[in-house]
Amino acid sequence: MLAARLWARQRALPRRVGFSTAALPHTSLNPVTEQDVAHFSKFLAPNSIISTLSPNPCAPDELETYNNDWIGRFHGQSTTVLKPKTTQEVSEILKWCNDHRIAVVPQGGNTGLVGGSVPVNNELILSLANMNKVRSFDPISGILVADAGCILQSLTDYVAPHNHIMPVDLGAKGSCQIGGNVATNAGGLRLLRYGSLHGTVLGLEVVLPDGRILDQLTTLRKDNTGYDLKQLFIGAEGTLGVITGVSILTPPAPQASNNVILALPTFDNVLPLYQTVKRQLSEILSAFEFIDRTAYDLAVKHGQGRALSEEDTKGAECFVLVETSGGRREHDEEKLNDLLELLLSADKPLINTGVLSQSPAQFISLWALREGVTEAVSKEGKAYKYDISVPLSSFKEVVDNTREHLRSKGLLHDKAVKYVLGYGHVGDGNLHLNIVADAYLPEIENALEPYIYEVVAAHRGSISAEHGIGAMKTHALPYSKSAISIELMKKIKQVFDPRGIMNPGKVLE
Amino acid sequence: MRPSPSRLLNILVPVKRAVDYAVKIRVNPQQTGIDTNVKHSMNPFDEIAVEEAVRLREKLKASVTSIKAITIGPPKALDTLRTALAMGADSAIHVEVPETQPAPEPLAIARTLKAVIEKQNAAATKPEDKIDLVILGKQAIDDDLGVTGQMLAGLLGWSQATFASKVDIDVAKNEALVTREIDGGGEEIKCRLPLVVTTDLRLNEPRYASLPNIMKAKKKPVEKLSPADLGVDYTPQLETLKVSEPPVRVGGGKVANVDELLAKLKEAGFP
Repeated sequence: MLAARLWARQRALPRRVGFSTAALPHTSLNPVTEQDVAHFSKFLAPNSIISTLSPNPCAPDELETYNNDWIGRFHGQSTTVLKPKTTQEVSEILKWCNDHRIAVVPQGGNTGLVGGSVPVNNELILSLANMNKVRSFDPISGILVADAGCILQSLTDYVAPHNHIMPVDLGAKGSCQIGGNVATNAGGLRLLRYGSLHGTVLGLEVVLPDGRILDQLTTLRKDNTGYDLKQLFIGAEGTLGVITGVSILTPPAPQASNNVILALPTFDNVLPLYQTVKRQLSEILSAFEFIDRTAYDLAVKHGQGRALSEEDTKGAECFVLVETSGGRREHDEEKLNDLLELLLSADKPLINTGVLSQSPAQFISLWALREGVTEAVSKEGKAYKYDISVPLSSFKEVVDNTREHLRSKGLLHDKAVKYVLGYGHVGDGNLHLNIVADAYLPEIENALEPYIYEVVAAHRGSISAEHGIGAMKTHALPYSKSAISIELMKKIKQVFDPRGIMNPGKVLE
Repeated sequence: MRPSPSRLLNILVPVKRAVDYAVKIRVNPQQTGIDTNVKHSMNPFDEIAVEEAVRLREKLKASVTSIKAITIGPPKALDTLRTALAMGADSAIHVEVPETQPAPEPLAIARTLKAVIEKQNAAATKPEDKIDLVILGKQAIDDDLGVTGQMLAGLLGWSQATFASKVDIDVAKNEALVTREIDGGGEEIKCRLPLVVTTDLRLNEPRYASLPNIMKAKKKPVEKLSPADLGVDYTPQLETLKVSEPPVRVGGGKVANVDELLAKLKEAGFP
């Protein structure tokens, strides 16, 4: 009895101290204590707990990869990472955290770009990495049910022998997890062809903040029975609950794929080219990606894919990568050849030249020039990444105007902003506007925000087409969402997570 | 005294259509070979050979009179020739082997190449029309036999420079200075033409085929020959008994401490 009271007292004390020092966004939230860790160790395997707190404190650097995002912009101070292996364990963790008002950051591959998967302070990190089993796959319907922690690439490899592919594909596929993809409603390179996760995700298993398990892991393609609750978790960025299982529809693998990079003399040709390509390739067109010259040069500089020859890139203002996927190689190649001949023989050619992949290795290499831009940018310097939806016709204008805006503020030089570049998914109206700086400086940030958000709002665009809001853009949400929308979002958050333990400081301020 | 006519180079580049290296290889159920119903492309070492020939022309300009690609393979190997033509070869020869027939062995390939070279060189009225340089991959990544180049040089009685990572040709002196990849470094050798060079990975990085060149390649001439035309017998001399997958790798395990590690090692038979 006495022991119990002492224990209760001990756990109360550091808490009160914690309040005054830690500026958690919700003042009613508590940091993790040794007692909490002791409790978790009752039902979690020792290797599922990484904590700097007793009884088995780890070195602080073991937490570094969990506390920091990979571009090095967001840094948390969490003391404890839990890596549960089952949904039941997730449920017990959340129940305890909810009862004790401990904030929780669900974390997948931690490949996000807006700081959504790292703590803003000392929240508990719930990593799904150990939940990495495929639960079932039906080769006839193509429906895959998998744990949230499965890495996207490993799922791609899993369904490949059954002649299926994942409907989502992105540069981070080797590290990102399907649960995180769903929680952030990741877009990526195949969206043009297979649509967003709102369509391909058939069901979810979600642990609610109070520990209840919402099992909607159905494999039905059609199910019109009331409100479709799973949609709320797709893109909620872990603010409503923890996704532990995903049921997703995988399309049949195309029997033949091809790609080509086209060099364009001017950006003005991108849209007419898109029209022509769409018309000529119709159902076999699976990607139409745009890279401006600066982005291309950076990708080449940092060894992302083999570069085109100088002769081929001379005078090119931007590049377009076109991918085809279809059922029959000869058919696809004929269509693609017709298109290329048409483009090359036109009176006023839309393209200078281009290269057509001759082998799967070249196919991969050409894609690397596009997919590797993200990595090249982070190798070059500190990146400010804006992932916006604006009308296609204003892509270049937005990039150029941003560059001029920074120049007018005297920030375009070696010690401040080095490059302003744009690339993205033309087919989806999604531009990735990247500003590469020597260091993160407040004056750069002040020059960029709200400037860019105002530009987007003026175009009635989205301030975050696919990266999400995370911790980076909460303040900017009003540029894309009305007051009524935001008010309803807050009410929904209140319904699912009344104590506000789920990923505080993300999405909503 | 009339100056002797400056030497001119005619380059022959043999290329092979092989299963692409990015493809996962699967053994067929009968265990007689691999599943070949997958994506094929030019053997990467041969791609390096084509690139080297094209670069030699870019460097030596008009001294390189012709670059001819040759392949010995099924009808689909024509795609591989088109790639070589798109990269910069001028013309090509396709020695067609029926789809159903097993892939010819290196000695048969070397004899075929010898026959082609001798045929062209016998027909040449001027010395500058003769093929005097063959550049080919050091091995094909499908069977990894890696002997064709050496056999060809032996049959022709030509110089050979294998595993080349650098090739310099002095046309006037009729000489080549080649750096070979050997264990622990490079070996520089000087050889007289005519010469067979086999390429190693570091020789160059092949270019992409550009669209205008792909279009031009469609119009370049491809001569079709049969093994019988050249008098070469493709009957296999090797017999494949069985093809099997390597044993599946078993995942490792974690041990908690040194004692457990020692126990495991003892268990596995380490003293």
